[in-house]
Amino acid sequence: MSSIPLGKGHETTAPARTNSAAAISQFLSAYVFSKDHKIIGLQFLFSTLLWFLVGGLLALGIRWQLAWPWTNMPIIGPMLFSETGGQISPEFYTMLFTMHATVMIFFVIIPILAGAFGNYLIPLMIGADDMAFPTLNMLSYWFMWPAFILVGSSFFMPGNGAAAGWTSYPPLSAVWDAAPSSGLAQTLWLIGITFVGVSSMMGSVNYMTTIIQMRAPGMTMFRLPMTIWGMFITAVLQAFALPVLTAAGFMQLLDRTIGTGFFLPEGLVINNSIAASGGGQPLLWQHLFWFYSHPAVYIMILPAMGMVSDIISCFARKPIFGYKPMVYSLCGIAGLGFIVWGHHMFVSGMSPMLGMTFMISTMMIALPSAVKVFNWLGTLWGGRIQYTTPMLFAISFVSMFVIGGLSGIFMAATPVDIFIHDTYFIVAHFHYVLFAGTAMAVMGAIYFWFPKMFGRMMNEPLGKVHFFLTFIFLNGTFFTMHILGAVGFPRRLADPYDYQTFAHLMPMNQFMSICAICMVGTQAIFAFNFFYSIFYGPACGRNPWGANSLEWMAPSPPGHGNFDFQPVVYRGPYEYGSPEVDTDYYPQTQPPPEGVDPNAEPDHH
Amino acid sequence: MSTANTHVAHHYDDAEQQFDAARLGMWIFLATEVMFFGGMFTGYTTCRFMYPAAFAEGSSHMQLLAGTLNTAVLLLSSLTMALAVRSVQVNRPAVAVRLLMVTLVLGFVFLGIKGYEYATKFAEHHVPGAAFSLGEAHNPAVNPQHVELFFAFYFLLTGFHALHMLIGVTIVAIVAVQTWRGQFSSAYFTPLEITGLYWHFVDIVWVFLFPLLYLIH
Repeated sequence: MSSIPLGKGHETTAPARTNSAAAISQFLSAYVFSKDHKIIGLQFLFSTLLWFLVGGLLALGIRWQLAWPWTNMPIIGPMLFSETGGQISPEFYTMLFTMHATVMIFFVIIPILAGAFGNYLIPLMIGADDMAFPTLNMLSYWFMWPAFILVGSSFFMPGNGAAAGWTSYPPLSAVWDAAPSSGLAQTLWLIGITFVGVSSMMGSVNYMTTIIQMRAPGMTMFRLPMTIWGMFITAVLQAFALPVLTAAGFMQLLDRTIGTGFFLPEGLVINNSIAASGGGQPLLWQHLFWFYSHPAVYIMILPAMGMVSDIISCFARKPIFGYKPMVYSLCGIAGLGFIVWGHHMFVSGMSPMLGMTFMISTMMIALPSAVKVFNWLGTLWGGRIQYTTPMLFAISFVSMFVIGGLSGIFMAATPVDIFIHDTYFIVAHFHYVLFAGTAMAVMGAIYFWFPKMFGRMMNEPLGKVHFFLTFIFLNGTFFTMHILGAVGFPRRLADPYDYQTFAHLMPMNQFMSICAICMVGTQAIFAFNFFYSIFYGPACGRNPWGANSLEWMAPSPPGHGNFDFQPVVYRGPYEYGSPEVDTDYYPQTQPPPEGVDPNAEPDHH
Repeated sequence: MSTANTHVAHHYDDAEQQFDAARLGMWIFLATEVMFFGGMFTGYTTCRFMYPAAFAEGSSHMQLLAGTLNTAVLLLSSLTMALAVRSVQVNRPAVAVRLLMVTLVLGFVFLGIKGYEYATKFAEHHVPGAAFSLGEAHNPAVNPQHVELFFAFYFLLTGFHALHMLIGVTIVAIVAVQTWRGQFSSAYFTPLEITGLYWHFVDIVWVFLFPLLYLIH
């Protein structure tokens, strides 16, 4: 078999064409239909940052209505509601929070963690040339575009976008004429989310295979940076949880289109007429949905935990405290994450016995989470801390995660949850975990890995201003939500002040909205810093932070194939302040000095 | 590039690593597929517990002969698929091509019988939706709407299975052509191997569907 014609595509050169056509095709293959994991990572990064802006503006719409209800909403009001002079409709408010959550979860947090940082960092940090399946990787990005277009076009359908909540509970979501936006807008939303599911599935297959199969010589599983462990566990969660949502999504789509009635109860009355189909079980959707969407909560934070661990160890100039417990607690969180979905359904009429089971398993997640927090604190303890911008974001992740984690325990206790369910307390909880936690970690990760991605440093003073303003305004916006929730202020209502009990809470809501507007405005500093630094930031070498892991041994930015040498790994990524070398860092690829056993386990625990 | 390694993509160290990666990737993909069908099976199980009599009624309207025949056809096709992979491993590609052709034909026979069943259901108004009508019930006590739910699960599950079969026969056709062109030998047969894994998976899904839909009364 010496004349095997496979692999031809690599060798044949493009036929001679006019220069401009060749240049266009070269541009398309290098930057648009690229199979290079770094380009795909950057494609994800830029797409998700753009959607981050969209999601933020949708949030401002929500805040406007809650602070100044039924006043004319700026810009969007006169455009869409000229007949009322710019006052939005209650259905429009429902659309705002639905699409805010959809965009932030499916188009920002999940793809920026797994898609952008996962793609960019996994091959670099394990010492591989590329992902195991580059074509599949490219497809995982391009399957996001149908999702972007479908969900984006849902804004222009009757009802101005899907408005059944990001949870898409039937019967509201499953009946075509239940509400103004239950028509085409909801169908496009469902198909779009299915595309996100397929994209994530392809990504997770690729990440798992790459991490298991493509590691450099000497890179054992327990020498992997925590970032890679976070990505690996996340990929496992995605692979095993997400297909269930895809299946449920298809079932809901059939309910909407051909009238199967999987999720529609018997004798359902809509707009004063009995629905044609029925006989199914609306609660079935909630179970299938949360079977995915609870693990998704961990998909949205485990990679952030990993990245924060790397940043903290690097700038504390200390080995990470308790590496293996950190890995095992990640596994513990993921394992428990599969058996706690019912805690989203405590008020759905669930048997108290089952509720108790879900309550106990949920509370157990506090244990591995606490292990992680104490290990971060242990890493910081006695370190020579460098307060760089990424470090500030990482430290704020740890402290904010403690607040978000503790409020989670309130929600997990069934008796407490019955009171605070569907109030602003839950809104406070998940914004502390997802914005003050994950989004802050992502910001820190951008500042940290930006030099590797673009070969230039971001501006430190601007970064610190960005950090402090974001930190202050996010607490102004989200901490207050705890207070609202504790007095029962309901979420998902366009005008809670209609109830006299809540009327006195309007000034607090106005304070929150002003903080939220300032927080979104602060991100302009980040946007300026980001784009300015891409072109004019000071050039940096391979390893500007003096870090140990493999990506810092490659050129900045790394070329095609990543490494200009074959990386061989001698130790874990956290050997800061090792007595074996004079520098305070000890790269994974640096051979040990004469007389030191390369296989000896370092002794610092 | 040495001739023995022309099928190794540049980012792999050697052929073995590439083979292991491809096989692992396929296994992980199949695990996601198990969860995909698992979600639908969960729905089926829940609704069966809610309306056991209606689901038994729906099951009694299945064409048992067609289903049994299809089970035999699929099991046989799995055998020919496994033998095709084996033939390439022992460097007998001509035998492998013939076995793959048989697999392909059996796949189409399955889809043909399935199509015939669907056509019958359509004629009997057993397709869920506005035109659904149960006709003559064996058990007059059941609510036709619940039997409709059974048929909804029947079309959902067998429909997604048939879609997987369609993708399967396409891939088998492609690897059959590649085998015929002599691209595979005992040194390199990764695409054939992972096609086999996929084919067996689709077969196994049917092995679960058949009793759940046709046999439990």
